Amino acid sequence: MMMAQLQQEDKLNLAPKKFNMWIFIFTSFMFFAALTSGFIVYSGGSGKGIKIILPSAFMYSTAVIILSSVTFLIASRAAKQLQFAKQRMFLWITAFLGILFFCIQVYAWKILIDMGVYFINPNASQSFIYVFTSMHLLHILAGLGLLFNALSGSYKNIPQVKNLFRMEFAGIFWHFVDIIWIYLYVFLLLNQY
Amino acid sequence: MSTLAVHDHGVESHDHDHEHHHDTFISKYIFSMDHKMIAKQFLITGITMAVIAMVLSILFRIQLAYPEKTFPLLETLLGHFAPGGRLAPEFYLSLVTIHGTIMVFFVLTAGLSGTFSNLLIPLQVGARDMASPFLNMLSYWFFFLASVIMLSSFMVQKGPASAGWTIYPPLSALPKAMPGSGEGMTLWLISMVLFVASSLMGGINYVSTVLNMRTKGMDLWKMPLTIWAFFLTAILGVLAFPVLVAGVVLLIFDRSFGTSFYLSEIVVQGQVMPYEGGSPILFQHLFWFLGHPEVYIVIMPALGISSEIISTNSRKPIFGYHAMVYSLIGISVLSFIVWGHHMFVTGMNPFLGGVFMITTLIIAVPSAVKTFNYLATLWRGNIRFTPAMLFAIGLVSFFISGGLTGLFLGNAALDINLHDTYFVVAHFHLVMGSAAIFGMLAGVYHWFPKMFGRLMDEKLGYLHFWLTFIGAYLVFFPMHFMGLDGVPRRYYAFTEFPSMARWLSVNVFITWAAILSALAQVAFLFNFIYSIFWGKKTTQNPWNSNTLEWTAPIEHIHGNWPGEIPTVYRWPYDYSKPGAAEDFIPQTVPHSQTMSSNLVHDFEDNEAGLAAFHEWVKANPPREEVK
Repeated sequence: MMMAQLQQEDKLNLAPKKFNMWIFIFTSFMFFAALTSGFIVYSGGSGKGIKIILPSAFMYSTAVIILSSVTFLIASRAAKQLQFAKQRMFLWITAFLGILFFCIQVYAWKILIDMGVYFINPNASQSFIYVFTSMHLLHILAGLGLLFNALSGSYKNIPQVKNLFRMEFAGIFWHFVDIIWIYLYVFLLLNQY
Repeated sequence: MSTLAVHDHGVESHDHDHEHHHDTFISKYIFSMDHKMIAKQFLITGITMAVIAMVLSILFRIQLAYPEKTFPLLETLLGHFAPGGRLAPEFYLSLVTIHGTIMVFFVLTAGLSGTFSNLLIPLQVGARDMASPFLNMLSYWFFFLASVIMLSSFMVQKGPASAGWTIYPPLSALPKAMPGSGEGMTLWLISMVLFVASSLMGGINYVSTVLNMRTKGMDLWKMPLTIWAFFLTAILGVLAFPVLVAGVVLLIFDRSFGTSFYLSEIVVQGQVMPYEGGSPILFQHLFWFLGHPEVYIVIMPALGISSEIISTNSRKPIFGYHAMVYSLIGISVLSFIVWGHHMFVTGMNPFLGGVFMITTLIIAVPSAVKTFNYLATLWRGNIRFTPAMLFAIGLVSFFISGGLTGLFLGNAALDINLHDTYFVVAHFHLVMGSAAIFGMLAGVYHWFPKMFGRLMDEKLGYLHFWLTFIGAYLVFFPMHFMGLDGVPRRYYAFTEFPSMARWLSVNVFITWAAILSALAQVAFLFNFIYSIFWGKKTTQNPWNSNTLEWTAPIEHIHGNWPGEIPTVYRWPYDYSKPGAAEDFIPQTVPHSQTMSSNLVHDFEDNEAGLAAFHEWVKANPPREEVK
């Protein structure tokens, strides 16, 4: 009986778990802060900048990821209003936009390569573009994982309290990944010449 | 909030996993999600790694004492790493590197924080377990994997990483730079990435648990100083380790993909390498932005542990509780703005050097506050010299004698002379090496009954303490003088340099002192293992301590307390309170039960309590004092 009660407590122990995600966000933020600081130290010390105009593909990907945050908001509102079909549909759209973002970023690499801006480059400022985007894409992959986690929960009809928890858990991260990209993009824009 | 939720979609029972709670061997001892078991796993892995790192140090100490002699046994043991019975120079560098890496990260970060944060955070704040027990389990297994991979680099033909524990490029970035830069370095990087992942998972859990899962009545200012220390340590880790990951990611790109973040024009073995324009200093910035907070990650848990032990065993409240907390916070904040003092001689702008010098020297203030508070707690205390207490006092001693030399090293001008000499080695081995190890050992002796339900042998504990304490000073104190004379660290043999050859006799002395201290650890290991199985059974609260963990039953149960979690009514340092029946009042005793010892300030936010107290004082006028 005791055990059952304890496990009950464990199960509903969701607030601290959500808090874990917030702390992880700080961790992740420090990671990108370190990379961008590294860029500043490097380019300030060597006098080499990015020295190109960034491909416009990045603009489209930015639009796509902002849109995906909006669709996620719609999905989570639907989840709160118990409209589970709508929740699933907008989660699918969000995930699709995430994948589209991924593809556009990879396409942008191709454009960069066509421009002669390689990853392996004596001007590491240009290599940094690849580092920022690829490290961010790793976060996108993690975010997609969380989205699919929320989706599968929704299909499996898990209890609503857990459904909302998975949505919030994914949401915190997804919006964060969105904001981090905007930060990186603005950072790159400010340093492109 | 969550209790209001109704399971409105999905009718099926959500509690299908209630029945299989019979622990199997695997779920209890291996993939355990119980914080107490994970703490023991961290401790035993940490001790194992510490023994290995200690053996490595004895190996290179033998080389330093007897650089010309051959020991055929070494060749038998180490094979081609010690051709002809003398350590190969490259292997000497590997030993130094791996000794440093294991001690700093695997023993004093994971072994120390991993053990005591896991054990004490839920028990002392009054929680059933960590915020995420699963993440906690993963944290241990990542650490275990990292340990195995780090050690496996000894199996590689060319030997383990040998660029120093700071792995500065280009040595770490060019696989051909030296034997240890090859596969050994790759394994080092893989191991450290896993280690950082482990550390982050642990740290995230610690922060979240402290902030969200404290029991009723346990506000932040009622937390024991151990919890404050673990909490701030975890925050440092969460903010600093990602920066190391960023640095290592760029390093891996340089090593394996051919980018030029850290590498500029360089010629290796007569071959011009294709790199251009990179900045090795960039790596140092990224590394030390982690590296400096890291030394506080190492020392702060030890400081927290000794606060608790010194107060308990002096039978006195800790002196300056708030000052202790604010100093920890001060140290934590300052630790992020001092990293440049590791880089004074990299050609840093002298003005910037001055800024880093000032921030560095300011750290002396909170550190001194802590030191004086320890001493003031001891002052006229009713001291019980348990082994744990001795080790805690030993920590204070090392923290003072090692901390003083920090003032010299933090000075940008003096550092030009002292940089990379044995003075630095002496400094950090005392202030963070020995001090933190003593804090960890103090913790082991003090909380052993909580972990294993048995007591460690006191006599062996005293033997262990005195031999280690004296041994550590004999090892590290002479190094100051070598450093002042300009003897550089990490050199393989000083006989090649006439100006340093005269230090050979000192090196022989240090080596024998090191062997003595190493042998002293046998007393500990025997005591530790023997007591786990055959030690004297403990009582529930063997040290008459106030904190919550001693209200939990000796027998470990999942969820820590049978029935409800105890409520907390007072701070954890009510020792020898005048008027109290005993010399300790646990946190779970309400003030209404201790009227004779209450003071007005015990009722700061409690007007009803204060009124009741005044009434009680009126009814029970103080008796004539008997002199």
